[in-house]
Amino acid sequence: MAVVTSFGPGVYGRLDAQARRSGAVTRRNIAALRSAYWLVLISGFFEPLLYLFSIGVGVGGLIDKLPLPDGRLVSYPVFVAPAMLASSAMSGALSESTFNFFGKMKEMRLYDGVLATPVRPMEVAFGELMWAMARGSLYSAAFLVIMVLMGLTSAGWALLTFPAALLIGFSFGALGMALSTFMRSWQDFDIMGTMQFALFLFSATFAPLSKYPLFARVLIEATPLYHGVELTRGLATGSLHWMLLAHVAYLLAMVAVGIYIAGRRMGRLLLK
Amino acid sequence: MALTVLETNLTAYRRVWRGSVLSSFVLPILFVVGFGIVVGNIVDAGGRLGTPYLDYIVPGMLASSIVNIAFGESAWPIMSKFKWIRLYHGWVAAPLRIADIVGGELLFLLVRVLSTATVFLLVTSAFGAVHSWWAPAAVLVCGLLGLAVAAPVLAFAANVQQDGYFPLLMRFVVIPMTLFAEVFFPISRLSEPLRWLAYVSPLWHAVVLCRACTLPGFGLPWWSVLGHLAYLAAWAGTGFWLALVAYRRRLVS
Repeated sequence: MAVVTSFGPGVYGRLDAQARRSGAVTRRNIAALRSAYWLVLISGFFEPLLYLFSIGVGVGGLIDKLPLPDGRLVSYPVFVAPAMLASSAMSGALSESTFNFFGKMKEMRLYDGVLATPVRPMEVAFGELMWAMARGSLYSAAFLVIMVLMGLTSAGWALLTFPAALLIGFSFGALGMALSTFMRSWQDFDIMGTMQFALFLFSATFAPLSKYPLFARVLIEATPLYHGVELTRGLATGSLHWMLLAHVAYLLAMVAVGIYIAGRRMGRLLLK
Repeated sequence: MALTVLETNLTAYRRVWRGSVLSSFVLPILFVVGFGIVVGNIVDAGGRLGTPYLDYIVPGMLASSIVNIAFGESAWPIMSKFKWIRLYHGWVAAPLRIADIVGGELLFLLVRVLSTATVFLLVTSAFGAVHSWWAPAAVLVCGLLGLAVAAPVLAFAANVQQDGYFPLLMRFVVIPMTLFAEVFFPISRLSEPLRWLAYVSPLWHAVVLCRACTLPGFGLPWWSVLGHLAYLAAWAGTGFWLALVAYRRRLVS
């Protein structure tokens, strides 16, 4: 499975070597899968699906059609499904980049060994992020297939929504890793879990932003999952507008800031 | 002797209660606000439920947060006492009887559940979601529900060797139960086979009872109340017996 490329010395050669070392960190995770853990991985796919059936279809039966930003009215499952996709991309990436990452760093002391090899902290950060992405992309793809089968989006729009789900996973993975470097103990994860749950509930996931009071609207627009939800909803329902670019820019900025902080902090924590 | 186990657990709990306040209390309240008020806004606009949505989901959220606590307290902490910190091995040598250990764990759970349910009801009545003087009876229903869920999970935790099974139990049993047991919407909307899944789960029976306690419009005849209570008691009793068997097999042999 080794990445066989070579650009020789120089800038490309350096990038090539960095990619190879990040890849080694990713492959370690795949090798470690040979335990019962893969069942847990698969189970992660069912959660958004159950929410879709319960909230989207069950509660949706009590709800009239809702307006999209472009004014079209859609049924509640069509409205909620993209938001489930976005929030499952978030929670998949966060669980890998916080809980598991913290465990590897503080409990298993995995990176102490890794950093004794030529692999640098930034490359560990990249490698772990790649793994979180691989896991998240499987969930997202499977969920989009279900959405198409249920007639909640078309195949064409689903293809366009897929990279958006990846971007959400990438940005939350980076954020999660940066946050993990500040965690002191497992108790801190309770606080993070609560924050994550609040994002899941309030990011225009279950009701349009216009249904919230004004002060809440301003707050929600500042938080990350809202931008993910609006992006996937815009794409999956095929209502394109310029604001989608702003959502993409927000998420890209999150990726950059997250990786930068994570790499720096890991260097400080591990290379003493 | 079960009281000594309760005391040990309470002493330990004094050190970690802050984290549990978040998960057992702040989360359900967030859910009530996020769902009951925000989604309630659009549900009530449709007018198909016939009762304000906030009032409707408060008893459901109460019961389902009890299930979460009962599951959480009986899964990882119990495995830890068997496997990681191995507290039980000391207790058996103390000597405590198996029934004392299981009984003490369930007593501690009861304290957690009753206190959470009381606070939850006080806060939600401040939101104006509680409409009946029967509401305190819902706390007792929650106590029974807590035992009905915790006792079988104790048995499960005593049987398995890896904590990897708990997330599976969470995803394939606890979460589906929460989503389809009349917490969020009337199950008359579900097809017949799915509805039977709700009937089997202890949560559904507790939700129906709690709703009868807080909303006058959802009252139940006495024989139905007795039936639901008996079903919950059967789960608790069977679970207790299974837990005794599993603990004995793991600790005394």
